[in-house]
Formats: sequence, structure tokens, C-alpha cells
Amino acid sequence: MKPAWFDYYAPRSLEDALRILGDGGTDGRVLAGGQSLMPMLNCRILSPAVLVDINRIDTLNRLHVGTDSLTVGALVRHADLLRNAHVRDGWPLLAEATTQVAHPAIRNRGTVCGSVSHNDPSAEQPSVLLTLDGTIVIAGSAGRRELPAEEFFTGMLSTALEPGEMVVELRYPRPPAGTGAAFVEFARRLGDFAIAGAAAMLTMRDGVCEKARLTIVGMGEGPFRARAAEEVLTARRIGRKESKDAFAEAAARVTATVDPVDDVHTSSSYRRHLAGVMAVRALETALARTRGEQVG
Amino acid sequence: MAREQRIQLTVNGKSYEKTVPVRLSLADFIREHLHLTGTHLGCEHGVCGACTILVNGRSARSCLMLAVQADGADIVTIEGLRAEDGTRHPMQEAFHENFGLQCGYCTPGMLITTIELLQDNPNPDEQEIRETLSGNLCRCTGYQSIVNAVLAAARKAQSVENETGRAQKTGSRGKP
Repeated sequence: MKPAWFDYYAPRSLEDALRILGDGGTDGRVLAGGQSLMPMLNCRILSPAVLVDINRIDTLNRLHVGTDSLTVGALVRHADLLRNAHVRDGWPLLAEATTQVAHPAIRNRGTVCGSVSHNDPSAEQPSVLLTLDGTIVIAGSAGRRELPAEEFFTGMLSTALEPGEMVVELRYPRPPAGTGAAFVEFARRLGDFAIAGAAAMLTMRDGVCEKARLTIVGMGEGPFRARAAEEVLTARRIGRKESKDAFAEAAARVTATVDPVDDVHTSSSYRRHLAGVMAVRALETALARTRGEQVG
Repeated sequence: MAREQRIQLTVNGKSYEKTVPVRLSLADFIREHLHLTGTHLGCEHGVCGACTILVNGRSARSCLMLAVQADGADIVTIEGLRAEDGTRHPMQEAFHENFGLQCGYCTPGMLITTIELLQDNPNPDEQEIRETLSGNLCRCTGYQSIVNAVLAAARKAQSVENETGRAQKTGSRGKP
């Protein structure tokens, strides 16, 4: 047996789960899909005293496609999103990123909320939630609160979750008409942790960029919102002719503002370069998709 | 808090009831408590895919689940692929015919993964097969013969289905 000992609970209700989690304090961990937590337990990177398995709480399975937003409960697996035609149609950025989450067996078990809570800098789901202006619904024994994605991700493997709290739901607003989006990433082998990636969303009206969103993946601190690049694109005419210069300027701002790290896979300077390349690819594809072109 | 729990589950159609430590992985449970050693362990942290099994019809890494989480589950391991009369599963047959294995260590995970692929997508192209196999490491074959095996299994399943369809249409049996 590889993990250290823990007390294991598998409550049937959210109330029970929150009570046990609250009693556990900083020593409690939520077990949902387990695709990040179990490796950490097996390698003893973590050894929590209390493990709260939420897989028996049926109310957390909720996947609701509304007129204005998509609601993803704490037990919705990555694969559940891919098997849902309404999600693929209404939130193509989310679907495209989710196909790049690890491998089939991991997408079958791993949850979207779990990936967001874990906030691995190379993970796809945090960047999509940030790009789509999503909301995180958090529950604790003291009650519920909601945070915009912008305020939730606080650094590498860190979030605004307090001890005793858990993410119960994510909400993704429906992107407006005229929007095109794309998610691209670069990894050493398909499905591996991304060395760098980008999520882009452009809303165009009469050839002018009304709203630009660009998030860079794999930069050490978690999803990086490239505001400087967004600014250079917003309110700008971006036709076929102008797009090359516009996106090159955006990429230059990306490489100037990201803060990548050196690690076993590659150097920080290569990562910085790759961030710009990924940004351009994502923006080009997003723009083509605003014109209804089938790309990628 | 008890460090052991009683679980009941079905593995390859057979029902089991056992008491297990809560920190025991499902993979170790299958191998050491049920003595079904066809499920192999490579990395034990979800990277290599060797321990992939079907849990309630969906592929899962058995090293990333606790045995207690499988309480009530219906599980299929490589030992459950053969028919009762010993006939190999069509995917096993295709791996055999196409040299889809050498040392065989990764094969149980490869088989489970590709069987699920054909359930979801009966006619995958080479790229789709390679994408699916990206989560299963093989250090012998170079993957080409595994890809060939999956393509062959898909073709065979399709031709069987076509023949069945034609036979039903014409009311005849046997030759098309």
C-alpha cells in the first residue's frame, strides 16, 4: 500500500461531507475523481488525515445546460462534457480544451471541478473557466459563496478555498453571438502536461474586435490572463489583412509579460517563446471561427 | 475511525465480499486479494496505463482508485475478456494475429483501452487510435503493430456487422 493512513468517509449528503471536512480542518481533503489527488497520495506528496470521498453524493452529478449558462457539478467528469452535444455546441472552447485533458481513462474519472480546485499551472480547465468569465460556487460549513474565476486562482496549486471548503459547482456564461474561440497546447506527448498552451476568445462585430480574451497555460503561477495582449486587440479592426500584425503585437506582449519557470521539461526562455507561438495559433483559429470557418 | 471496510463488488461476473484496508488501491485489491494478476502495475501513479480496467463499463486506472471506492461496482479485468468456452475476445485475437504484443506487460491495459474505443467509435482512423493509445505506454512494439491490431479488429467487427445486416435483409443465412 502506497498512501499513508487516513480516515476514510464516503458521506451520502453534501451537509455530511461539509461537516466532516470542517472537522478535519487543514488535514481534510476532498476525493472526487482522484486523478490528481491519488497520485499525490501514492507518492506521499500529500498525506491528509481525513479523506472525504464525495462520489456517493448524487446531487453533485448535476450538469445543466441553461439558456444563459452552463452549470457543472462537482462530480461531472471531463468525459461527461465531451459526451454532451449541447456542451459541444454552446461552449466549444470548453469542449476543445477538454479533449486535451490527459487520456480517455483519466477523463472518465477526473472531474472538472477537481481540476479547477487543484489549479495545476499546466491544466486546461482553470484557463477555460478564466477565459469564459466563469464563476466558482464554494460551499463550507458556514454556507455558500461565489467567486469570479479572476479571484479564485491565487498561484501555483493555490486557490481562494479556505480549509473546510469545497467547490460544488462551476458556471460558464454562454458566449455571445459573433464569438470564436480556440484552445491549443504543446506537450511532449499527446495528453501529457502542457509545456505551454493558450485559450483565446474573440467577439467580433463588423470586423472590429469588441472583446478579446487570452489566457496562457503552463506558466508557473496557474492560468495567466494576458491583459496587455487583450488591450492591444480590443476595439481594433482585425480583418484578414490586419490579423497578422495584430496577433504578432499581441504575442509580443504575451512573451513580455509571462513569468515562466525552468523545469525538467524545458527552459523558461523556451517556454516564454512557446507562449507567444501558442497565443498566435489560438488567436488565428479563434478569428477564423468568428467567420464560421471550420478550423482545427 | 475504522481502518478497514467491508466491500461487495462484481469482478468478471463473479460476486465478491471482502474486508479491505481503506488505503488499499483497487489494483492491489484485484491482484493481491482476488489473485487476478493479469492487471499489471507499472508506474502506480496514473501515467503508464498498464493497470487500466473497466469500472461500470468505463475505462479507469485501477492504481488511482481505492478498493473501498469500488464498493457496489461492476468490474471487468483482462481475465474477463475471454468467453466461457475459452474463445479469445476479438481484440485479443487481433493483437495475436497482428503481433500487437511482445513482452505483454502493457497488453492488459492496451486491450481494455481499445475495447472501450471501439464501443464508442466502431470505425476509428489511425490518428484516433493513436490519440486513444497516448495514455498507454509500450516499450517494445513501437506501437505500429498495436495500431494495426486495432484497425484489424474494427474492420472485422464492421464486416461481421455488414454480413449480419445483409443476411437479415435477404432472409438468407451464411454466404453474402
